[in-house]
Amino acid sequence: MSPLNIKKSASSHSAYELRDPNAPVIETHTLAVIVENEPGVLARVIGLFTARGYNIDSLTVAEVDHSSHRSRITVVTTGTPEVIVQIKAQLARMVPVYEVHDLTVEGPSVQRELALMKVAGRGEARIEALRLAEIFRAHVVDSTLESFVFEMTGTPEKIDSFAELMRPLGLREMARTGVAALSRGL
Amino acid sequence: MTRQMTGARMVVQALKDQGVEVVFGYPGGAVLPIYDEIFQQNDIRHILVRHEQGAIHMAEGYARSTGKVGVALVTSGPGATNAVTGLTDALLDSIPIVVLSGQVPTFMIGTDAFQEADTIGITRPCTKHNWLVKDTDKLAETIHQAFHVASHGRPGPVLIDIPKDVQFATGTYMEPATARVSHYQPRMKGDPEAIAAMVEMMETAERPVFYTGGGVINSGLKASALLREFVAATGFPITSTLMGLGAYPASGKNWLGMLGMHGLYEANLAMHGCDLMINIGARFDDRITGRIPDFSPKSKKVHVDIDPSSINKVIRVDVGIVGDIAHVLEEALALWKSRGSKVNKDGLAKWWKQIAEWQAVKCLGYKGSAKVIKPQYALERLEALTKGMDRYITTEVGQHQMWAAQYLGFEDPNRWMTSGGLGTMGYGLPASIGVQVAHPDSLVINVAGEASWLMNMQEMGTAMQFRAPVKQFILNNERLGMVRQWQELLHGQRYSQSWSESLPDFVKLAEAFGCKGIQVTDPADLDDAIMEMIRYDGPFIFDCRVEKHENCFPMIPSGKPHNEMLLGDADTQGVIGAKGAVLV
Ligand SMILES: Cc1cc2nc3c(=O)[nH]c(=O)nc-3n(C[C@H](O)[C@H](O)[C@H](O)COP(=O)(O)OP(=O)(O)OC[C@H]3O[C@@H](n4cnc5c(N)ncnc54)[C@H](O)[C@@H]3O)c2cc1C
Ligand SMILES: Cc1ncc(C[n+]2csc(CCOP(=O)(O)OP(=O)(O)O)c2C)c(N)n1
Repeated sequence: MSPLNIKKSASSHSAYELRDPNAPVIETHTLAVIVENEPGVLARVIGLFTARGYNIDSLTVAEVDHSSHRSRITVVTTGTPEVIVQIKAQLARMVPVYEVHDLTVEGPSVQRELALMKVAGRGEARIEALRLAEIFRAHVVDSTLESFVFEMTGTPEKIDSFAELMRPLGLREMARTGVAALSRGL
Repeated sequence: MTRQMTGARMVVQALKDQGVEVVFGYPGGAVLPIYDEIFQQNDIRHILVRHEQGAIHMAEGYARSTGKVGVALVTSGPGATNAVTGLTDALLDSIPIVVLSGQVPTFMIGTDAFQEADTIGITRPCTKHNWLVKDTDKLAETIHQAFHVASHGRPGPVLIDIPKDVQFATGTYMEPATARVSHYQPRMKGDPEAIAAMVEMMETAERPVFYTGGGVINSGLKASALLREFVAATGFPITSTLMGLGAYPASGKNWLGMLGMHGLYEANLAMHGCDLMINIGARFDDRITGRIPDFSPKSKKVHVDIDPSSINKVIRVDVGIVGDIAHVLEEALALWKSRGSKVNKDGLAKWWKQIAEWQAVKCLGYKGSAKVIKPQYALERLEALTKGMDRYITTEVGQHQMWAAQYLGFEDPNRWMTSGGLGTMGYGLPASIGVQVAHPDSLVINVAGEASWLMNMQEMGTAMQFRAPVKQFILNNERLGMVRQWQELLHGQRYSQSWSESLPDFVKLAEAFGCKGIQVTDPADLDDAIMEMIRYDGPFIFDCRVEKHENCFPMIPSGKPHNEMLLGDADTQGVIGAKGAVLV
């Protein structure tokens, strides 16, 4: 589940689907959108995705340059290559948008997400959870006699697989930030 | 020099500094301070409308006929929500307008205060950009930015929401020159390599066609002049969308007429059969493309557009050129000349021969009548009797709009105002007033259908009050004609709710408004009546009773390719399949 409660597999309601029935390749792209941090800018970006039927798999936003009021929105989206090109053009023409980077095509990038997971259990399950946490380099940030809160940072896939392992061991609740991403090198 | 003033005064000052001469508006509680300032000055004229939708369409008519930004002023809540249709209309047709709306005071926002609406939220998807100004010190700068955004790049509507306390408070005024017009600087010049690629393709093309659109009008008078020069230099045929009419003159020798769903046979077949399509400021709208896989299958395509998202949105093109039409055409023409470019003469001669055969079909022919007025005939007469006059045409939406596009000829840009993208019934009457306000001495005619006209007929009051002598030429078929046509072709002639009943007596209605009306039923009376309308010094309502069941042809049924066009009633039996019926 993404932070926006949009299912990963949710099908697009885009008109593009009508236009091209023999469903071509669907790609996943991570976009970094640098915007003016003005009121409503996030609503505007999200509104673009919903109005035009584009997918949002994950979306994060925070001001990254306080002096110039720039925020960075990281969106993970899926679509045909044509749709991805459209999404970038549609984002780029918005008035408060400064830059749009497609990290997926601009070269290698690092992608990280932070997750907090509450796992409840006693005895063997509790020990097993702790052991697995160590393997996955998750940290314990809260513990009681019958629960842990793990913090872990990693790719969304890594977090998914850790969560899968924790489920039978008593995973109760999870909070995820969505993906933050930067290109590698200079 | 810093100047202190109230927010309300700042609004008026900023409009003056932006060169605004007229504002279309309607007062209410949340804009009273601004109206108080308007009262105390004489530089900006205020046109009091009868409904806020009218104000927006007037601003659109003003903008489209002048090339300037149109301005409207509305109150909070219902004033702002009434503006939504007009804003959406301007967004789809790329019309630059600035709308100022009042808002409840900042400290009451979010409390469901009297006449509070989330105007920013409601208008976000139907504006190019919008702003809520919470600080009087930022008000002037925001207004200047709004004018910049509305008129630069792909033009469009913007809205500024101004809470009442911000209007009352005092702040520092900022001049336009010092305003930060943000980073919003769309690219004007096209990529030279892409322009060169286009020119090379033009040199070898055997069956080229210019497909031009509203972007040429948006770009300005220079773009139209350059387009004409380019067409003359190449000898290529040229067609245009509904939105681009007038950029190339209808009397020009390379003119094929409008293309698209109700476009001319020769224009559509040229698009279908060409080997090079040069799209200049058009957006491959579905009224143009028909069935996408069958759209001009054998051509290479070039697309010039200022909005990168227009390129490859619907149709994949071989060469995309992002830039302003005038800039790109200037470069292209210079290159054409400096290279000493020549066209493919043999190919082009054959192509014109083929086109002449299509033109010989005379697709706009219709069966005349001595008894009833055919709508096409009414427009032919209107055209003949107003030709050469200083004339502006607006339309409502429906069959009459398409006939107007087919039978009236436009020699210059900015002379034709119609709602293309949204297809807003009720656009034409207020738009005609906006045009007339900008051109007080010109002949302004709204070609209307009776159903559309009723949607904003209250604006006749505005026309009367401000002495805008707009001519309302209503082709009255007592039908929602375009809907009736689709029901005939697609829904087994079940005419569900598509007739106009209990129509007013338009002559008496004109009298009630204090102007003049006339009803004509006999084709023999038509010319005299049209002349009477033209000569009448004041608003005029012309109730032209026309054939009730006329269909508008040519027509490319939804979901069909260009070469499957219907030319007349005889072609219509069972042509539209279930798949086409889903489309609009
Ligand atoms: C009942 C009805 C029937 C219709 N039937 C037809 C029909 O048969 N034929 C037809 O043509 N239309 C028809 N229309 C209109 C149709 O719906 C579209 O509105 C129209 O085709 C779009 O015109 P356009 O492609 O010129 O684009 P516009 O909407 O005018 O868009 C202009 C394009 O130019 C670009 N642009 C703007 N400024 C610049 C600049 N300075 N430099 C470069 N590019 C710029 C924009 O980005 C945009 O892509 C009909 C409408 C109705 C209501
Ligand atoms: C506001 C609005 N509502 C509905 C429609 C759908 N519609 C398109 S054309 C039309 C009929 C227009 O009738 P009229 O104005 O009499 O013109 P005619 O087609 O008869 O020339 C309708 C209802 C529309 N375009 N706009």
